[in-house]
Amino acid sequence: MTDWPLLSLVVFLPLAGVAFILVGGLTTKDEEIAARNARNGALWASAATFLVSLLIWASFDNSTAAFQFEERHEWLAPGIAYRLGVDGISMLFIVLTGLLTPICILASWETIKTRVPEYMIAFLVLETMMMGVFCALDFVLFYLFFEGGLIPMFLIIGIWGGPRRIYSTFKFFLYTLLGSVLLLLALAYMYVTVGTTDIPSLMEHQFAAEVQTWLWLALFASFAVKVPMWPVHTWLPDAHVEAPTAGSVVLAGVLLKMGGYGLLRFSIPMLPLASEYFIPLVFALSVVAVIYTSLVALMQEDMKKLIAYSSVAHMGFVTVGIFSFTTQGVEGGIVQMLSHGIVSAALFLCVGVVYDRMHSRMIADYGGLVNRMPKYAFVFAVFMLASVGLPGTSGFVGEFLVLVGVFQASTWVAALVSTGMILGAAYMLWLYRRVIFGKLEKENLKAILDLSPREVLIFAPLVVVALFMGIYPTPFLDVMHVSVENLLQQYQGALQAAEAASQAATQLAAK
Amino acid sequence: MYYLIVFLPLLASIIAGFGGRVIGDRGAQWATCGAVGLGALLSLYAFFDVAIQGNVTKLELFTWIDSGSFEVDWAIRIDQLTAVMLVVVNVVSALVHIYSVGYMSHDPHIPRFMSYLSLFTFAMLMLITADNFLQLFMGWEGVGLASYLLIGFWYEKPTANAAAIKAFLVNRVGDFGFALGIMAVFMVFGSVDFDTVFAASPEMQGKTFEFLSIDFDLMTIICVLLFIGAMGKSAQVPLHTWLPDAMEGPTPVSALIHAATMVTAGVFMVARCSPMFEFSSTALVIVTVVGAFTAFFAATIGLVQNDIKRVVAYSTCSQLGYMFFACGVGAYPAAIFHLFTHAFFKALLFLGSGSVIHALQDEQDLRKMGGLRKVMPWTYWTMWAGTLALAGIPLFAGFYSKDMILESAFARATGAGEFAYWMGLIGALMTAFYSCRLMFMTFHGEPRGPKEVMDHAHESPPVILIPLVILAIGAVGAGFVFSGYFVGDGHAAFWGTSILMLGEDNILEAAHHVPFWVKALPLVAAVSGIAIAALCYLWKTGIPGRVATFNRDAHQFLLNKWYFDELFDLLLVRSSKWLGYQLWKIGDRQIIDGFGPDGVSATVIRIARRAAALQTGFVYHYAFAMLLGVAIFTTWYFLTAWGG
Repeated sequence: MTDWPLLSLVVFLPLAGVAFILVGGLTTKDEEIAARNARNGALWASAATFLVSLLIWASFDNSTAAFQFEERHEWLAPGIAYRLGVDGISMLFIVLTGLLTPICILASWETIKTRVPEYMIAFLVLETMMMGVFCALDFVLFYLFFEGGLIPMFLIIGIWGGPRRIYSTFKFFLYTLLGSVLLLLALAYMYVTVGTTDIPSLMEHQFAAEVQTWLWLALFASFAVKVPMWPVHTWLPDAHVEAPTAGSVVLAGVLLKMGGYGLLRFSIPMLPLASEYFIPLVFALSVVAVIYTSLVALMQEDMKKLIAYSSVAHMGFVTVGIFSFTTQGVEGGIVQMLSHGIVSAALFLCVGVVYDRMHSRMIADYGGLVNRMPKYAFVFAVFMLASVGLPGTSGFVGEFLVLVGVFQASTWVAALVSTGMILGAAYMLWLYRRVIFGKLEKENLKAILDLSPREVLIFAPLVVVALFMGIYPTPFLDVMHVSVENLLQQYQGALQAAEAASQAATQLAAK
Repeated sequence: MYYLIVFLPLLASIIAGFGGRVIGDRGAQWATCGAVGLGALLSLYAFFDVAIQGNVTKLELFTWIDSGSFEVDWAIRIDQLTAVMLVVVNVVSALVHIYSVGYMSHDPHIPRFMSYLSLFTFAMLMLITADNFLQLFMGWEGVGLASYLLIGFWYEKPTANAAAIKAFLVNRVGDFGFALGIMAVFMVFGSVDFDTVFAASPEMQGKTFEFLSIDFDLMTIICVLLFIGAMGKSAQVPLHTWLPDAMEGPTPVSALIHAATMVTAGVFMVARCSPMFEFSSTALVIVTVVGAFTAFFAATIGLVQNDIKRVVAYSTCSQLGYMFFACGVGAYPAAIFHLFTHAFFKALLFLGSGSVIHALQDEQDLRKMGGLRKVMPWTYWTMWAGTLALAGIPLFAGFYSKDMILESAFARATGAGEFAYWMGLIGALMTAFYSCRLMFMTFHGEPRGPKEVMDHAHESPPVILIPLVILAIGAVGAGFVFSGYFVGDGHAAFWGTSILMLGEDNILEAAHHVPFWVKALPLVAAVSGIAIAALCYLWKTGIPGRVATFNRDAHQFLLNKWYFDELFDLLLVRSSKWLGYQLWKIGDRQIIDGFGPDGVSATVIRIARRAAALQTGFVYHYAFAMLLGVAIFTTWYFLTAWGG
């Protein structure tokens, strides 16, 4: 079984679904049939991909920090190869992507009515790109997947989005373009100086300290936009608001994680000295992000915008955790990313449920939904509480581990970031109260229907995962222990080596 | 057995919550009452097994979080302190469950209510059986959640929703401190397990710790951070504002959560962490002062409130203050003893108030009651038992515990201890006054409510009265039966190692040897409080009105609860909203977007317009431009060719 190229399979299996949809589209003229085939094809392809991702988890060896399931083929030029592999940091993101894509397709089952085959193709291509990002062990390959994922995302927002979709895609584009250009520059520089874009080789290469600073800033520009960190976050609320539900889900669930993943995969192992140098910058931006966006979230009138702003705040925990350079901080950051992937995705689905019925995202248009929709109220409550970080849900494990890690690095940062716990509870509870509680007074809400069986099927796995990760997160943490430990050791080792070198230099100068 | 005690309520909650449609109202009531009732019986057995026989145990379930050196297990810790709490929680909870069957009988959402109650019980059990700080925190937040759900149970009432959110958020402010405390514990001790941390505490005395760039005494800063959490949960000034508002919830909830169990979690936590607090005299002084001030402060507000439940709520707040300053002077057993007796008589007072409210068709205003003594004899007499216990009349439970607290405070012979004694003494006078005022206004005098309501007033059914009677037995007997064990000669054997008390002379021992006047004054205060209340509300009923008009400002000040709510609203709520709005509109919209994407695009468009304007389409324009170009190039060529 392990001889199979599992990673290539998980990356390209969605494209098999694309082929199926294309063939199905060519053979029939009937739009209804083509749409149905497209839905089924996409669901089956993404479900199969999910199974393969689970298989990867099942055969994953927790006891080594080395890359596993490696594949390597010569490709573009000497030093630029097609190389795939996963370690304890990337593997779970593959499972997350695998889980969320079929859910997205199910969530679009009835709501997308125009250009269904095209929509499903865009989604499957997007899945390939996302999987590729987390599997790639070559920087060029990574760059292709990283940037390539934007194209289907643009299309999903730009074609199936809301009324201001053009403005938001264009804003999205402007921000990411800025980052991409700098990322490409850094990539080119690395290739020229090291002679390869192989990620493990780049990790071992020691860049000169001054060079590290510039490379780090170039990479950071790209990843910070993706995370998104304050102040380059303003594309996110607009993109979320205009995106169709499933677009928001995958955006919040997976695309945002690429930023944090990039920091873990590139910035820290390749540029440890610069990473250390810029800790105060990252801390400052993250603290501002947590407090600033939480306050902004408090005042939002649009549900999706509120959740989008809360995403920025939650991702602030991730960056602050990663840059605490403690085991708890980094592992907490990864758990927080996974948890946020589940919880924020589910919250966007919750908004989608009522949006499908009432075609409004405004908080003021709702109220008293619990009277008609008890199941919905329960599901919403679970994710609201997970977002708030109630112990026993996934949100708590990530948040608390991050805080434990950060506290060791700086009590100030820990105390400031902890205020996010209070503000987070404030905006989520207030949102919940205005939407779910109260009297059901609005005439048009009086006939609103509770969750359909399809919707229950969408939410059930997410509820289970969110609670399971909160009560027994060990299976997730076990995967990452060795890799995170290895990352931190490399980082500490690089710092010590640099320290020793500079001491030697000063001694030499003294002589 | 302990698994049953802890997990039965969870199971019942799930059954009632998800299966409510299938098993119906009755089924949900049976499932939850049965589970918690069985839990209560088992807890009584556990109490004798652990506290009297001394069989302390610990059960490990499975790993919760394991990240580097941060390892936390799910575990059940059963020691003497837990055993006492088990009895309090499960017995009161079982009685409240039964009471709710009667009290909530007309509510359309019975299974949901019962499910929440059982969920609360489970979370509270997780809290008291925790073996490490993180599980304690889990139970801590869990009871907070249940409290949020139950306060907001009548979700159609806007005031109930607001109160629910307020309770959760104010508690979160406390939890902010608590969480930081746990992080500090982990950083310093390398573990969050109670045993490891407590064993290492003595060595940490006197060390310093840098928190927020200031060097603090290590144990002091940790204990103070933990205590901030306790202040939130146990409604101590200034984090008390949520408790009176929490009365928006159904009355059984007030009895269970906001009187007997959840709000005492802070006291429990401080007692549990006695092996840490004992090593920081500064932290203990803070606990004493905050507790003593709250005991006094809440009592002053209780004097003038007109809502029957709010009077009892402020009284709870005040009594919690007594428990805290007992902890502060090192008399943890006295604090837990008061917690124990208080659970009975305060739950009784709440449930009795509920019985009155039920009889008067949800009327809660004392000014619209009166003369119910004849109509509701059972409620009347049981509530007197609770009132006398609260006031601290000999033979009733509160007398033993409250006197012990006051004597310990005096015996501590420190500035803070004396402050606590006098505050507590004034508090005792006011407590006796307002609790009797409540009784007289409710049950004596002429009926003051609308006639049709007062005529329909009736005694409650047995399902409500039986819990009242049982609690009344507790309110009378819990004091003299248990005082020997809890705070008397047997206390050392009773508590074992679950509570640590340092100091050359035992504080409880010293409390027995205080001067006679110290022992006598609390009783004098209680009796005079009752006498004044009787004078004002039985015989000369004009006095209160005259006092109120005479001291108009003072009365308004107390009636408005020292304006804490207004202050917080201005300082925190409004300013946060204002700031959020400004950051959104100005920060995001104008500055970031204005100079970022929108600004860039606007600039691009402006330049493009200018460029577009050049393309006029007239041939002579282009010809002219070409000519101009040629001229410039030629000039440049000549200049460089000959000039250089």
